[in-house]
Amino acid sequence: MREMVSVGLGSLGIIAIISLFIGAATTIQVAFQLSSPLVPLSIAGSIARDSTILEFSPTISSLVLAGRIGSSMASQIGTMRVTEQIDALEIMGVNAPGYLISPKIIASMTMVPLLVIVSITLGLTGGYIACLVSRVVTPADYITGITDGFDGLTVRVALVKAIVFGFIIASICAYQGFYTSGGALEVGQASTRGVVYSCVMILFADLVITRLML
Amino acid sequence: MIEVKDIHKTFGDNDVLRGISAKFQPGKNNLIIGGSGSGKTTLLKCIVGLHEPTKGDVIFDGQNFTDMNFEQRVPIRTHIGMLFQNSALFDSMTVEENIMFPLNLFTQMSKEEKLDRANFCLKRVNLEDKNKLFPSELSGGMKKRVGIARAISMQPKYLFVDEPNSGLDPKTSILIDDLISELTEEYNTTTVIVTHDMNSVMGIGDNIIFLHNGEKWWEGSNKEIAHTDNKELNDFVFASKFMRAAKAKL
Repeated sequence: MREMVSVGLGSLGIIAIISLFIGAATTIQVAFQLSSPLVPLSIAGSIARDSTILEFSPTISSLVLAGRIGSSMASQIGTMRVTEQIDALEIMGVNAPGYLISPKIIASMTMVPLLVIVSITLGLTGGYIACLVSRVVTPADYITGITDGFDGLTVRVALVKAIVFGFIIASICAYQGFYTSGGALEVGQASTRGVVYSCVMILFADLVITRLML
Repeated sequence: MIEVKDIHKTFGDNDVLRGISAKFQPGKNNLIIGGSGSGKTTLLKCIVGLHEPTKGDVIFDGQNFTDMNFEQRVPIRTHIGMLFQNSALFDSMTVEENIMFPLNLFTQMSKEEKLDRANFCLKRVNLEDKNKLFPSELSGGMKKRVGIARAISMQPKYLFVDEPNSGLDPKTSILIDDLISELTEEYNTTTVIVTHDMNSVMGIGDNIIFLHNGEKWWEGSNKEIAHTDNKELNDFVFASKFMRAAKAKL
């Protein structure tokens, strides 16, 4: 539960901020690129919706989460390693990987999809706010665009991505932390490695899931 | 009793331990001493199972620990208490929670009973009123004492101590040594202490094993150490002018 609070509530602020801004920027950019009189402006809403649901919310949020919670997991477990706290667990007969890593993987696989749902909602809200403020698309066109032709498959794809990305972040970063040796310098290096490897794996998994499901 | 038989440990091409055999008796302070890099901590980690020996056996009261898998080792581990060099207290837990941690894992005690036991252990190490503090709020000496309290919470048969005096002032070092010695007598534990502190050696060394280049070079008591003609041991123990002067007076 504590891990869930740390991953979920702890990341809510940053996810809310990036989602609002990305949603707003995406809508303005799509509207800019569709400046042909032959294309109805409501299409901008549809494209912004699908981009947000399929790519921006799950992938960008997970990349940001890899930086936020992944580095925290790697450094937390790495510090426990170099200060002999993991040795202390093992001496007591505790299965240290199971005790330390499993809760983080479960928390991450549970909370990242919830954060992605929040991110989708706020991304679309950001697009609406951008329409209200900039008037590049009228709010009515935007609403028409995001509601027309909605396919539930896009949300399912986003959730599958979120679950897989949650697993990638927690498992790679916790692994890097768990097998740290040395001191503070090595903990920092493990944390960096964890974030870099999870970002690369997120992008690779993104491609594979997109290819398989769409 | 703990017995180690012909323990070898190799890291890559580096032979850290070369055929060490020894017996550690219950109710006694068994000290492993030696210079830096002599293999003291590696030997201790091989005994408790944090390192697997390349060759040789570790036997706890007739049970071959080396041949056991993780699950089979758990019953023996419940009888092991260990004080680490940096105390290894869990940062996210209070002092009280640290001490109750092994009780939560391995006993069916009620919460009140566990609290009573934690309070008893804290009182035993003279830290009665520190229950709710976190490790970051404690001094080095206090951390060591909480580490000892956690190590004795399960009333261990085997107590392992890694460099108990590192980073402590001389007065606190003696206090920690005396506490370990008292607990060894009180619980009749088989206590194995890794140290290079000469006050500990002379003060509480019932049985001392001197390691040199990964081999057992000498074994005896603190009374015998002053009269040994072993050159490497003399160079190690009487390295300081003060110790040489003290030896001359003997």
